[in-house]
Amino acid sequence: MTIRPDPTFHASPKLAMEAPPESFAYTLLLSPDFSKPDALAVIDAKPDSPTFSRVVHTLTMPTKGDEFHHFGWNACSSALSPLAGHAFLERRYLIIPGMRSSRIYIVDTKPDPTKASIHKIIEPEEIFRKTGYSRPHTVHCGPEGIYISTLGGGGKDGTDGPPGVFIMDCETFDVLGRWEIDRGPQKLHYDFWWNLPRDYMVTSEWALPPQFENGIVPEDLLSNKYGHRIHFWDLRARRNVQTIDLGANHQMALEVRPAHDPVREYGFLGVVVDTTNLEGSIWTWWREGGTFHIEKTATIPPEPAPKEQLPPLLQGFGAVPPLVTDIDLSMDDNFLYVACWGTGEMRQYDVSDPRKPKLAGSVHIGGIVRRTPHPNGKAFAGGPQMVEISRDGKRVYWTNSLYSTWDDQFYPSGIPGAEVMANASAGGGLELARDYWVSFPDGYRAHQIRLDGGDCSTDSFCYPSV
Amino acid sequence: MNVSAADWTPAWLWLFVIASGLYHGVNPGMGWPLAVSAGLMDRSPRALVAALGPLAAGHLLAMLLVILPFALLVALVEWQRQIQIGASLLVIGFGIFRLVARGHPRTLARIRPTQLGLWSFAVAIAHGAGLMLVPIYLGLCREADLDKGHEAARALINVNLGMAVLVSIVHATAMIAAGGFLAWLVYRYLGLKFVSRSWFNLDTSWAVSLILVGVIALGFGLAE
Repeated sequence: MTIRPDPTFHASPKLAMEAPPESFAYTLLLSPDFSKPDALAVIDAKPDSPTFSRVVHTLTMPTKGDEFHHFGWNACSSALSPLAGHAFLERRYLIIPGMRSSRIYIVDTKPDPTKASIHKIIEPEEIFRKTGYSRPHTVHCGPEGIYISTLGGGGKDGTDGPPGVFIMDCETFDVLGRWEIDRGPQKLHYDFWWNLPRDYMVTSEWALPPQFENGIVPEDLLSNKYGHRIHFWDLRARRNVQTIDLGANHQMALEVRPAHDPVREYGFLGVVVDTTNLEGSIWTWWREGGTFHIEKTATIPPEPAPKEQLPPLLQGFGAVPPLVTDIDLSMDDNFLYVACWGTGEMRQYDVSDPRKPKLAGSVHIGGIVRRTPHPNGKAFAGGPQMVEISRDGKRVYWTNSLYSTWDDQFYPSGIPGAEVMANASAGGGLELARDYWVSFPDGYRAHQIRLDGGDCSTDSFCYPSV
Repeated sequence: MNVSAADWTPAWLWLFVIASGLYHGVNPGMGWPLAVSAGLMDRSPRALVAALGPLAAGHLLAMLLVILPFALLVALVEWQRQIQIGASLLVIGFGIFRLVARGHPRTLARIRPTQLGLWSFAVAIAHGAGLMLVPIYLGLCREADLDKGHEAARALINVNLGMAVLVSIVHATAMIAAGGFLAWLVYRYLGLKFVSRSWFNLDTSWAVSLILVGVIALGFGLAE
């Protein structure tokens, strides 16, 4: 507890944009064959520093096989609402779930990020026992504390009951229990986020653990058995109020990105692949008259390719699907970044008219067939995947790995971890920075990035930018 | 003219009622930033003013709920001293509780953003905002009773009830005047940066104030 609110808490998205830029990029490292423990890398992001774009600290976990994926802060700008009742938390602890082990690490980044250390470890049994869920994934800080979505239910393979969201105390990090009171038809889970003053949550669907832990199951994909629905919830009542089916061919509805300005009642959703034509798609959802609506607002076509250049999984299709595996919305809600992990492209859409995204910029790097090198000449394996935007919207960071077993199916020759950054122009346009290239220790892949002081997929706000 | 100390006591007590109202009002934790948010969300100063209504009503109700029972109790003139001592101990006890129980108030966080009145009521109760006024209120009652001499019990209850309502209204009015003024300043002139700038962690000093008020009241009670 502090005497004044954390200086990285900002009442509105506009104030967050005007704050000092990030100094560090925290990145999760994954040992894809589970031969080494996963790790957290702390990268210097200060352009004038001699160690710029280098790993300045690596915190290796004590256990193997966690499979790090997404993570989040213990507190963010949403603490500045009196309704939350915890204005004096510090943005200090990173909550890092092991997606395969269901273990959660609480990492203390203070007083010095380059000496970040483990503060607490929550063993899988505590999560199983208190929530009946497994395989924790997305982390957000909100009114009731820390909210964590899960991909699995109970039992060894996580299929005993549906997955959902659970709550963790934001001070003691005790697991408190399930969040949902009435889940309605929701049976799958992936990402979630919300509009706090308007009091709703939005959740998405990936798959159950047997459909992803040992790799993508092509038969399940072709028979449209992956998630394709979006759920809207009453946040305080913890009730599902509306479920919309995107159509079964829209397989894997993953990242949920609501507008940061709480006065805007819309957001975006990325869909990995349309099984009828291999397209990736962006959907815009909005609330009007108390009802939620969603429509497909942008599509990204597959790229034809000769069979011999494709991995066995794709040879039957003769094309590379874009595979929209991550999207991220800039703090001013004007630009949506879309990672096309298959074709090796980072797209930038102008979404100032949210139901009419316009392609404003694009960068090619990596890709299953294109294999575009970085402008510095180095080979970038995999494709753009987890993307994070600086609060001021000027820098866009991304890594190249999707998920251990899936990486091997789409990129059989391996994905050495890499992290790059692109500079975004104010009016649109994207260009890779030649001097930002992070290489990681051998045998590690890189996944989600978190920026110190908050970033575009962490902070939620309770006051509009006026 | 000779003014005795006793003549000044009610004035000091009333000053405390008003000052504690102002103190609650300017504390962001008691809700004025919610009025700013309401105004900005609807892009209308009317929405800001409309949010002040439930914030004031909730605070007022919390005061009344705590003070009114004492209005009935103090009619038991014979027991006034014991009641004063008991109330003081209650305030001290709650102060200690606030000092020790520092957990995240999850129950409060579950109240909907649209239920501002309920939230304001709950947050005032949870902080013991009404409790702090009880020793002050008892002091005011005693002063009023001294003036009136020994009247019938029923008349006394009416006087005490009236005093309870008056104390609550004066306090809540001061609270919403200060909070509303600050909300307006931030909305119109100072900007949202002021929300975090004006916020101080007063949990400890608040708990200590409760204990202090209780101890002083206890001292007076025991001295009589």
